[in-house]
Amino acid sequence: MNKPKKVLLFGSGGLKIGQAGEFDYSGSQAIKAFKEEDIRVVLMNPNIATVQTDRGLADTVYFLPLTEEFATQVIQKERPDAIALSFGGQTALNLGLALEKNGVLKKYGVRVLGTPVSVIRDTEDRDLFVRRLTEIQVKTARSYAAKNMSGALKAAGKIGYPLMIRSGFALGGQGSGVMNSRSELQKKLPEVFRSTSQVLIEENLVGWKEVEYEVVRDSADNCVIVCNMENIDPMGIHTGESMVVAPSQTLTNEEYHSLREIAIRTIRHLGIVGECNIQYALNPTVAAGAGAKAANVDYRVIEVNARLSRSSALASKATGYPLAFVAAKLALGYTLPELKNSVTKQTTACFEPALDYLVLKLPRWDINKFENAQFKIGTEMKSVGEVMAIGRSFEEVFQKALRMLSIGADGFVAQRNGALDVPDYLDEIREATTRRVFALANALENGVSVEKISELSNIDKWFLEKMKNIVALGKRIRSSKKLDATLMREAKQKGFSDRQLATLKKTTEANIRTLRKKLKVLPSIKQIDTLAGEFPAETNYLYLTYHGTEHDVKRGKNQIAVLGSGPYAIGSSVEFDWSCVQALKTLSARGWGTIMINSNPETVSTDYDMSDRLYFDELSLERVLDIVEFENPKGVIVSTGGQIPNNLALLLHKSRVKILGTSPENIDRAENRHTFSALLDKLKINQPAWAEVGSPEAAAGAAEKIGYPALVRPSYVLSGAAMKVAPDKESLLKFLKRAADVSPDHPVVISKFIENAREIEIDGVAQKGKLVVYAITEHIENAGTHSGDATVVLPPQRTYLETIRGAQEITKSVLKELHITGPFNIQFIARENNLQVIELNVRASRSFPFVSKATGYNFAELSVRAMLGENIEGQYRTLDLDYVAVKSPQFSYGRIKGADPRTRVEMASTGEVACFGDSYGEALLKSMLAAGFRLPHKNVLVSLGQEENKQKLLPSLHLLSALKFKLYATEHTADFLTIHDIPCEKVYKIRTEKSPNVSQLLENGTLDLIINIPTRIFVGENTDGFIIRRRAVDMNIPLITNRQLAEAFVAALAEHEHKSDGLKPKSWSEYRSG
Amino acid sequence: MRLILKNGVVFEGESFGASKSIAGEVVFNTGMVGYPEAFTDPSYAGQILVCTYPLVGNYGVPHKKAWESDKVQIAGLVVSEYSENYSHRTAKQSLADLLKKSRVPAITGVDTRALTKQLREHGVMPGVLTNSKEVAKFADPNKENLVARVSPKKKMVYGKGRFRLVVVDCGIKENIIRSLTRADTTIIRVPWDYDFTREKYDALILGNGPGDPTMCKATIEHVKKAMADGKPVLGICLGNQLLALAAGASTYKLKYGHRSQNQPCVETNTNRCYITSQNHGYAVNGKTLPVGWEEWFVNANDGSNEGIRHKSNKWRSVQFHPEAAPGPMDTMWIFDEFLEQIRV
Repeated sequence: MNKPKKVLLFGSGGLKIGQAGEFDYSGSQAIKAFKEEDIRVVLMNPNIATVQTDRGLADTVYFLPLTEEFATQVIQKERPDAIALSFGGQTALNLGLALEKNGVLKKYGVRVLGTPVSVIRDTEDRDLFVRRLTEIQVKTARSYAAKNMSGALKAAGKIGYPLMIRSGFALGGQGSGVMNSRSELQKKLPEVFRSTSQVLIEENLVGWKEVEYEVVRDSADNCVIVCNMENIDPMGIHTGESMVVAPSQTLTNEEYHSLREIAIRTIRHLGIVGECNIQYALNPTVAAGAGAKAANVDYRVIEVNARLSRSSALASKATGYPLAFVAAKLALGYTLPELKNSVTKQTTACFEPALDYLVLKLPRWDINKFENAQFKIGTEMKSVGEVMAIGRSFEEVFQKALRMLSIGADGFVAQRNGALDVPDYLDEIREATTRRVFALANALENGVSVEKISELSNIDKWFLEKMKNIVALGKRIRSSKKLDATLMREAKQKGFSDRQLATLKKTTEANIRTLRKKLKVLPSIKQIDTLAGEFPAETNYLYLTYHGTEHDVKRGKNQIAVLGSGPYAIGSSVEFDWSCVQALKTLSARGWGTIMINSNPETVSTDYDMSDRLYFDELSLERVLDIVEFENPKGVIVSTGGQIPNNLALLLHKSRVKILGTSPENIDRAENRHTFSALLDKLKINQPAWAEVGSPEAAAGAAEKIGYPALVRPSYVLSGAAMKVAPDKESLLKFLKRAADVSPDHPVVISKFIENAREIEIDGVAQKGKLVVYAITEHIENAGTHSGDATVVLPPQRTYLETIRGAQEITKSVLKELHITGPFNIQFIARENNLQVIELNVRASRSFPFVSKATGYNFAELSVRAMLGENIEGQYRTLDLDYVAVKSPQFSYGRIKGADPRTRVEMASTGEVACFGDSYGEALLKSMLAAGFRLPHKNVLVSLGQEENKQKLLPSLHLLSALKFKLYATEHTADFLTIHDIPCEKVYKIRTEKSPNVSQLLENGTLDLIINIPTRIFVGENTDGFIIRRRAVDMNIPLITNRQLAEAFVAALAEHEHKSDGLKPKSWSEYRSG
Repeated sequence: MRLILKNGVVFEGESFGASKSIAGEVVFNTGMVGYPEAFTDPSYAGQILVCTYPLVGNYGVPHKKAWESDKVQIAGLVVSEYSENYSHRTAKQSLADLLKKSRVPAITGVDTRALTKQLREHGVMPGVLTNSKEVAKFADPNKENLVARVSPKKKMVYGKGRFRLVVVDCGIKENIIRSLTRADTTIIRVPWDYDFTREKYDALILGNGPGDPTMCKATIEHVKKAMADGKPVLGICLGNQLLALAAGASTYKLKYGHRSQNQPCVETNTNRCYITSQNHGYAVNGKTLPVGWEEWFVNANDGSNEGIRHKSNKWRSVQFHPEAAPGPMDTMWIFDEFLEQIRV
């Protein structure tokens, strides 16, 4: 075996829709697999919130943009002898292909591990792919690749409408869709061609079953299927948007194994080494003629992904087979029979897992975080996260998964949340929306037949019948006189939670729990052992089910449980998984047995080697109590997994569960707006004025008193944003009427929105109310941009020392008052040295990994040590650093059609990246590049809105002009620039239809930067500004919409132009060692 | 309904098949798909089958022509959850209907994982599936000549090809017949104790079947004669054991058998690993192979024998099911390779 000495590994960068936390899982597993072979690993990934970039994993970490330029510099510097491309999603794969194409890999003698580049190209280029599969008589969808408009229209003529279009070289089906007519296609094409050079025009397979196989192959041609999966939503709904069940439920032996055989034939023929997936469309109705047996199965191969993917992470968690780890070993040249099944530790890795349970994945959307976004789902991925439920009946996993989503659903039926009612359910079943699953519930409850629903949705009747079983049982329970043991057991086996039963029987969850225990209806703990019990296995991978009569495991000893973060969502992402992983590692290093509870398959915390016991289950009070009552751990950590576990703190405490760290009563004092406000008043700490009221009229009155602009936060949101800034009474009332139900039961909070203020944050760790370590960060954007969407700098560059000192003092007094032990995050608004507290989180925040890696102190580890009672006092240097770190948000607006891509008080970013620099400017530019920004070379369009923006940006515009950029400006901005002697070309607003027009400029593809500051900050606008911003996103033109960020960017750009050494490819340790 | 194991452990559930009591050997299968094929496999004669995959019945039962024999062969069935509703274009009836018509009892609602662990730890054992409160009467089907029970009573001939294949039907799966049916083959399907050596034929195929291979004394004698006549032989499953016994090796009973679709088998001369479909309770003791023979395949998990072959003669057999149905089709090439040998 020709093992490399040093491997360069690419991560996937900031989390975006279509490429999320699953690549932290695959990358960290790959690093472990390489390290086990004594191979040095160099990792390039600007995603600072990942576990893979932690100290102790890779030998060298570069927080750098994943671009050809930076990768080339790293290769020049590090001289790796091999490179791994398949563990960082499409981003890593595309970057590797580019480096191969431009000759860098050849020049520096870097060989590609695993699947050869020529094979990757065969899978990525549609024509090559079809040709290769045709060679072995494997059917693909009729498809033509087109490189321009006329080619595409010609191909469409051959196939006929409706047809599918897809863009080549894209992740998660971006730029794809069903086109019903020639005119629709003509409209879509220019936008698609902007982000890709190739468009695929394909036969329409909408309604066919969608099935996926995960395949592993070694260099000796051994090939196995690790998992097959069936989409409940058939073709036409992207697999990332679909409900997915594993193993397949409605396929016969002939179908299952014919597709399996084709998968193996295809993967062998292509020559993939490592892991890949193959997606099929399977015709559910028409048999494809007689003849050979396999011909009874009418299928099309949709695609092959020659890399670890979201599906492979899911398959790995669904089966317990460590796919990424095995793939990394195979890439080094091992064969499958040489590797052991790491679950059983005595059988071979060359086998196919047999499941004695089933899993269901449901996608998590956050569309309502975006203004104007469409709720329809289709061939493009919009979901931001997913959950996986494990159980032994479909009904059980289905209701479990719905609760795991943490969107207010109690299951499939018996909801307390009226927002899950879908009045036009038939419409939303026919044209799927993010609420389709609840539309199905409504339809079934109203007696719509399974046949009718299947006709509208193409969902197989088998799944619908199961859903109908839940509806029918719900009705039976509601009308039953008594919930006896038989009915109780049936309900639990069909996935009903105690809370759902409480709703149906009009009692409390606690009463149901007591009754259930009295009736001895209890869940069983089962192991996932990859072999369905055939061999004994010492597996730590567990789930709970009511289809059982015994536990597979005995109570553990000396354990502490960590509650995970649940599904990734906007505002709750890989950062919390990072903190959970640190907690597990810290506990384990101190000799504690660890229990992890989580429901998110895209995480590292749920890896087979991260905890002593992994409960892949719900993060609900009921389920956590089930586990705690069985395991009786010494304590539970709720403060590393974000808001979901944090919300359970008080409830668990009341059920006599020992919570480590800050007492749940004090957590609640900080969470509850009223008690926290009173606490600040008592400590004489300023806060923005606020009021909680029970009617729209009272809201208007309160806002009048507090003063506009006002921040409005309804507690019961019907649709759209949960938070909004209202500039005046009219828009306040309009918003409350449209978006919320305001009543004494569902009050609305009105608070003062402070303009032209800066935001700073302190993240830290306290012990017994005393501040031990903290990091202070500053937002580049002024207040009004959600902290999760802000560009954050550490150490602060513009904050006065006096302000910093003031923030410290406030922090100390709050910590003392709440007697905090463990992690915390406090947010301030600073205006002319006047500090106001806007939020306190008594838990690890999103910024924990950033501040930990930027300062070199692991805040999460210190938090856990503090909670365990260790003395963590010491000297922590976090302000006076020799470098600057900047964290930038990663947005996914390209995926969310119709959304206005400007930052608001509601968070919209899906991920983050961070980079280091010797100067603020260097760090900022790197960080922005890492988030997908490109440096402009020539043409910049500016459109600045209000006079204040223009005045404040005048120095920046002079700079841009001096840097020889050609400026284009919209009407008023152009006049302003002319007055101030800045040369520019005036372009007319779109609606004037005058030439030269903004729209021509946008279409001709010459712009490489747009600075567009919204005219009216708080109000949604369907104007030129919106169109310019939206087109910028759709046409993939770099866009800045915030004044402070524009200033900082132009200054950094100027600094960069004047320096010769450019943006340096320095590793993390080079910065830290000075 | 209750399943009573001989070791005294009882599992309760609901009946969904025929309402009658049955005694048999309780075995488990870990396949996740292919229940119509499995239930009609004659190798299951006398056995109460436990499916470890919890949902059974999802896609109904297809037309008889897709089965592995003309009836349900299992003695009884144990599942975690029978799916009342089924959905598939090929479904002709529900599984429950078929079981009722076939007079086969079945139980749903059992913790099949707990049951499987019992069988794994204590070995397969006799059990009774019953609705009545009477004391269970256990029976060990392996004491009976099960092959004689499932084997046909008379010879059948299909095809008009020039290569004449004698196929000994000890309870053979239809897909072995289908896999051997080619334009140039004639299949002479004979009962287990039929003296085929008087036939004019080019090669011998020994198919699968239930129970203890040492019960098939007549077959073993005929195989010895075929070998003496220099006829090529291909054995499958029970056929592997019969060929080994005819060659002079011995067989033994596995603790809980191999019944699954994910058994990894390594071909000894190439080190290639194949995923195979299996259903057997007995195995060949590889160490007892006489001179001139070698192990062809071994199980990558437990090292048990998965096939034998003679070093110079065209005699070979596999313990797994290359014809799949149910299960993976990775080793279909074994039929092609064998037929190619005859054609040469």
